[in-house]
Amino acid sequence: MSGHSHVDGQLPHEPEKATLEGRNKVLGFWLFLGGETVLFGTLFSAFLALRHQVLDGPTEQELFSLPLVAAATLLLLTSSLTSVFAIQAMHNNQVKAMINWLIITVLLGLGFLGLEIYEFYHYVHEGHGFTTSAFSSSFYTLVGFHGAHVAFGILWISLLIAQVFKKGLNVVTAPKIYVAGMYWHFIDVVWVFIFTVVYLMGKVG
Amino acid sequence: MAHAHAVKRYTGLLDWLTTVDHKKIGILYLFAGFFFFIIGGLEAVLIRIQLWEPMNDFVSAETFNQLLTMHGTTMIFLAAMPMIFALMNAVIPLQIGARDVAFPFVNALGFWTFFFGAVLLNVSWFAGGAPDAGWTSYVPLASPVYSSTHGVDYYVIGLQIAGLGTLIGGINFLVTIINMRAPGMSFMRMPMFTWAAFITSALILFAFPALTVGLVALMFDRLFEANFFDVSQGGNAVLWEHIFWIFGHPEVYILILPAFGIISEVISTFSRKRLFGYSSMVFATVLIGFLGFMVWAHHMFTTGLGPIANALFSIATMLIAVPTGIKIFNWLFTMWGGSIKFTTANLFAVGFVPTFVMGGVTGVMLAAAPADFQYHDSYFVVAHFHYVIVGGLVLGLFSGLFYWWPKMFGRVLNETLGKLFFWLFYIGFHLTFFIQHFLGLMGMPRRVWRYLDGMGFNEMNLISSVGAMLMGLGTIVFIINMIVTGLKPRNASNDPWEDGRTLEWTIPSPPPEYNFAQTPLVRGYDAFWKEKMEGKNAMTPAEPLGPIHMPSPSILPFLMSLGLFIAGFGFMYHNYYIGIGGLVITFGCMFFRSVIDDHGFHIEPEELQDKGVKA
Repeated sequence: MSGHSHVDGQLPHEPEKATLEGRNKVLGFWLFLGGETVLFGTLFSAFLALRHQVLDGPTEQELFSLPLVAAATLLLLTSSLTSVFAIQAMHNNQVKAMINWLIITVLLGLGFLGLEIYEFYHYVHEGHGFTTSAFSSSFYTLVGFHGAHVAFGILWISLLIAQVFKKGLNVVTAPKIYVAGMYWHFIDVVWVFIFTVVYLMGKVG
Repeated sequence: MAHAHAVKRYTGLLDWLTTVDHKKIGILYLFAGFFFFIIGGLEAVLIRIQLWEPMNDFVSAETFNQLLTMHGTTMIFLAAMPMIFALMNAVIPLQIGARDVAFPFVNALGFWTFFFGAVLLNVSWFAGGAPDAGWTSYVPLASPVYSSTHGVDYYVIGLQIAGLGTLIGGINFLVTIINMRAPGMSFMRMPMFTWAAFITSALILFAFPALTVGLVALMFDRLFEANFFDVSQGGNAVLWEHIFWIFGHPEVYILILPAFGIISEVISTFSRKRLFGYSSMVFATVLIGFLGFMVWAHHMFTTGLGPIANALFSIATMLIAVPTGIKIFNWLFTMWGGSIKFTTANLFAVGFVPTFVMGGVTGVMLAAAPADFQYHDSYFVVAHFHYVIVGGLVLGLFSGLFYWWPKMFGRVLNETLGKLFFWLFYIGFHLTFFIQHFLGLMGMPRRVWRYLDGMGFNEMNLISSVGAMLMGLGTIVFIINMIVTGLKPRNASNDPWEDGRTLEWTIPSPPPEYNFAQTPLVRGYDAFWKEKMEGKNAMTPAEPLGPIHMPSPSILPFLMSLGLFIAGFGFMYHNYYIGIGGLVITFGCMFFRSVIDDHGFHIEPEELQDKGVKA
């Protein structure tokens, strides 16, 4: 039941689901993501309700630059792909490859975060601060919540990489990696919605 | 595999601060929840003293607003929710034949975040005034413009911390019920209370994040000058109402479904009959849970959403009467022809049925949108929701407490004092709230500090206040009962009611920390009753005796919650060093939890003995 069963032998095929603890963790995390969906759903609703209230601040059309957002999207979507490669490597018991893919995932995430920080910095200079209007408050809250999730994911996955270095891949660390992968996909999906609802709809008007 | 790890076992206070045992966490939830029940009850008594005569000046208008806000907030979030979690913790793993919950550590974390959130909220009384914008905290009243003290800040931050605990508690019970059931315990063999806890947990999962977003938005408005609800900056006040009620309406089903589950268990046990219409009960519970998300705007009929929206939400609301009616008839048919024993637990359960029906009937009245324009914000609404929450949930909770008290503590509560408590509380309840229907119909608005003489309100308010005193007196009898019982020896048998039907009655009272020495094999609905009917007095084990793996105790849940508590104060008073310091404690504990593997420890077969929870 505990982490000892497989430490010396071969890892089972799906190490994340080999123990009851692992299965609980994976199921619990799916449910947690269900709650997160409601969280972001509510943030989207608030944004949609308030997005036209720009007052004297710049409008969405004036503000958003699609090439920058497209670059950020490209980075984050690619990082989702590399996290899939990491989980595949884990299932094939290729620890080295798994760690490498996770490192690439983190680097892509950092690139995304850098672009977002630049974007926010740029917006503030254009007169679009957090307190400018209802639109700006709801924009920064929605996109900022997502950015905070990315930042947390980067720290989390980095910590897991360090743990795998130290403890190796076993039935205790495997569920952690798997669950972090699920988290990373989730924030990617949320970004797809942000890209559509905030940026594309903002550009179209 | 079965190496016993050296694990620190704590005793005394440290044992309670570090425990991850669901039975002890249940006891912590119970006493914390009951403490806040007393606080909220005292606030109610003060409200009723203020209203006992016209133009009374027992408390000031400001204090009155704080009292009614804190009464509602305390009773819902700090008394009812934790007492539900108390019973869920104490009973659910036992009912499904599990040794523990899925996430013992998270379970402890859920308790401590609730506790520190609750303490934070109540500190406001001593820090310049409690929140005073009503438990619904509507903007613009709760906005920084009209509520410039820190009261509402305590509300938004305290409830965020407490809500986090509720959310992770809900996830814990969902996973526990899905993954941890004993062999043979299929979904359609689960006891009704387990089903109710399952659906309630699902509602918590999908409702509480919406509240969190609302509270975060209001916090940003108040602390960081955001403009979500500030109309002059393009914000929208109705948005708060939508967000609050899309959480708030499922919340009332989160509260009432566990009571439905308790009533089903108690009525079935004390009628010595299988629950009538078990599968329709399950269906009705799921349907109520689903419809609970479709009706939030019935709190907003007078907001001006228009006739189409009002009509749709009106019909959806009335639909809920159908599954609820199914339940009522199932309880009646369960009692029909049974050999009924009127223990205190069963008195509360039987008393619940007509009381809850009355709350349901006024609910359908309020669901008629045109009529609601008359009832809205009057004492009729106050009477309605007290009938469903006190007459429904609280009676259910007391029924469950009397029923499961021996399983939690090993002592049967005194029945004479229990029945005295029931009659005082029950009569007091109806005296307080029945008359308020008429007060409301005569036009007395809710949340008023005082009323003029000569309106025809005097006698009815006096009667209502007398009823509140009776409820208070009943609660004192219950406290005496707890003390008197606590002084008696712990001698409750495994099955103290002798008619137990479910798995919790197959093990000692209170159960040993591993619950089941051998996981039981479940062969049907009412698993224990089925064995009894075949002449056995124990379950068939599903596994041989072997070492039992247990999780280690940990202080981290306490420290993580303490960190959030400190951070809440820091951000509230714009002292960012303290705020960030608190978050560092919380995230630091998360870091240690991640890097330090918790292998737990094993209890060897020769150590297995029936030692119970110390309480």
